[in-house]
Amino acid sequence: MQLNRDELLGAYRRMKTIREFEERLHEEIKTGEIGGFTHLYAGQEAVAVGICDQLTVDDKIVSTHRGHGHCIAKGCDVKGMMKEIYGRAGGLCKGRAGSMHIADLDVGMLGANGIVGGGAPQAVGAAIAARIDGKGRVGVTFSGDGACNQGTTFEAMNLAVVTKVPAIFVFENNHYSEHTGDAYAVGTSKDIASRAEGFGMKAWRANGCDFFETYAAFTELLEYVRAGNGPAAIELDTERYYGHFEGDPQRYRGKGELDRIRAERDCLRAFRARVTGAALLTDEDLDAVDAEVLALIEEAVAEARADEQPDPATVADDVYVEYY
Amino acid sequence: MAIMNIREAIVSTLNAEMERDSDIILLGEDVVGGNGTAGGPEAIGGIWGTSPGLWKKFGPERVIDTPISESAIIGAAAGAALSGKRPVAELMFADFVGVSLDQIWNQMAKFRYMFGGKTKCPAVVRLVYGAGMQTAAQHSQSVYAMLTAMPGLKVVLPTTPADAKGLLTEALRGDDPVMFFEHKTLYGVKGEVPEGDHRQRFGEARVVREGGDVTVVACGRMVNFSEKAADAVAKDGVGIDLLDLRTTSPLDEDAILESVEQTGRLVVVDESPPRCSLAADIAAMVTERAFTSLKAPPAMVTAPHSPIPFARNLERAWVPSPQKIEEAVRRVLAFR
Ligand SMILES: Cc1ncc(C[n+]2csc(CCOP(=O)(O)OP(=O)(O)O)c2C)c(N)n1
Repeated sequence: MQLNRDELLGAYRRMKTIREFEERLHEEIKTGEIGGFTHLYAGQEAVAVGICDQLTVDDKIVSTHRGHGHCIAKGCDVKGMMKEIYGRAGGLCKGRAGSMHIADLDVGMLGANGIVGGGAPQAVGAAIAARIDGKGRVGVTFSGDGACNQGTTFEAMNLAVVTKVPAIFVFENNHYSEHTGDAYAVGTSKDIASRAEGFGMKAWRANGCDFFETYAAFTELLEYVRAGNGPAAIELDTERYYGHFEGDPQRYRGKGELDRIRAERDCLRAFRARVTGAALLTDEDLDAVDAEVLALIEEAVAEARADEQPDPATVADDVYVEYY
Repeated sequence: MAIMNIREAIVSTLNAEMERDSDIILLGEDVVGGNGTAGGPEAIGGIWGTSPGLWKKFGPERVIDTPISESAIIGAAAGAALSGKRPVAELMFADFVGVSLDQIWNQMAKFRYMFGGKTKCPAVVRLVYGAGMQTAAQHSQSVYAMLTAMPGLKVVLPTTPADAKGLLTEALRGDDPVMFFEHKTLYGVKGEVPEGDHRQRFGEARVVREGGDVTVVACGRMVNFSEKAADAVAKDGVGIDLLDLRTTSPLDEDAILESVEQTGRLVVVDESPPRCSLAADIAAMVTERAFTSLKAPPAMVTAPHSPIPFARNLERAWVPSPQKIEEAVRRVLAFR
């Protein structure tokens, strides 16, 4: 894999944007201004970016309840996302969606999803559409180790295999579904990719905390799918830094577990070490990106706070039928 | 009498009934919490804190953590119920009925009738429902009307800790599939709970207050909102008969009709959209059965015909408010 300087900077920028977006939300939530459930993606950035960086706006992705990272990686407007999470009129979905349901069809992001397992069949639908359009596009679904136990995910995999459509199943195994470990809840010796193989699909496995490994595996996978070989799957071993939702005290974690994964498996630190070590980029290059990203997030929060609330009179708009 | 909140009433009832009847089993996502992690089982006792301590006491055969698979959870409950057990299946959010609907709708609800009345299906499905926490379109719905419309199910919605205990006990000792709805904003509501055996029969509405001028019928959180509206109109000397339905299937038609026959005025409050709703159903029932008693057309206070929005102010606009209930009361009073 040969990524040029701009591509590397872009990938780092997107990963860093996700991280700062999440770190900042983690703080902002304490103010009480943000309601509902917020599920942070921090720790898993290399997956979203390693995959979405290789997709075009016409490739569709279907996300999860933990969707901020996928949104940012696919090119959703960061300020529009922040406004959405604050429940403001200028939000990407006019304040209707909140953190859990953000969508932006203009960039091929068909929605985060509050229903675990809800997305996988929709990616097959996107893949059916892609095949008809004949432009080599794909439909991608992200699913957690928890979502892979949902019937919809199984049904979607089988349908994709039967119809041989360009559907891609990305399994982000962060080892937890809420407060239950994959060691308990995933029956196939924790090996999710083998399920996909069981349905007759080719599957890849990679370290999801390593951007380069994720990227390289997905390059192969994408080439395979774009070539018309039917669906494929990839399982990424990754980590989530924060609780299942904001406010989760994480009592199910082991002693020192979070410190250890942050120290040993941080995708941003690994990226920096790799690119500076190989003299592809310098620390100064990356520090400059950090500063830009911080400024963007700062602005996004300020603009979100200042934005108007949606007009309550619009509450029942967009439902086709109105009753008085 | 002990003072406890609804969450505590539910945990203590599950505990007492599981102690009493070894056929009762509990299953759901994270009901144990912490399985397969370093923190270990019971690091968390249920997402809503409605099952702590049960795994330690009753063990993994009776308190079963499941993967995320609602069809399997409800279907397993149905099968266990047909096999002599008394399962309590937890749906963390009532919205997930969508995922498991076939097992509720075509399976569990149908067994007794379809098998010639020879079968019992003593399964309790606990569903956490309702708006008010900005949990938006896929985590806030009140799907009780949909399940009330389905023959073969009983539908229960406690509003007080005493009823949480009484109705859950009744559900666990009965032989039918019960949809037990817990409003997510009511878990902390405190009240007196009778000690010892306390069963609340289904189909018996609770008379929250008697006032004689307007009948207000509500369930769940809407009962509390209706009380606020009743307080507001009481200042003008208007007396409300407020009925908390407790169960929508069976429905206490008699209590509703008796009250309307005296007041001649009905307001039904329902935390769901208007069409084919509980409000529409009760308004129609009263119109048909007590038409000559009515002094005004029945009023429905419902949410608008839309999914539930996220933004705080939009959600507030969506949920039927005490103010809207008050307006409806004044409207039926002003009718001539
Ligand atoms: C159908 C359904 N069941 C349960 C839930 C509650 N829930 C939300 S996220 C989650 C865990 C998901 O775990 P996983 O798929 O591993 O994703 P992760 O949270 O690890 O990103 C659960 C059980 C839900 N939202 N939808």
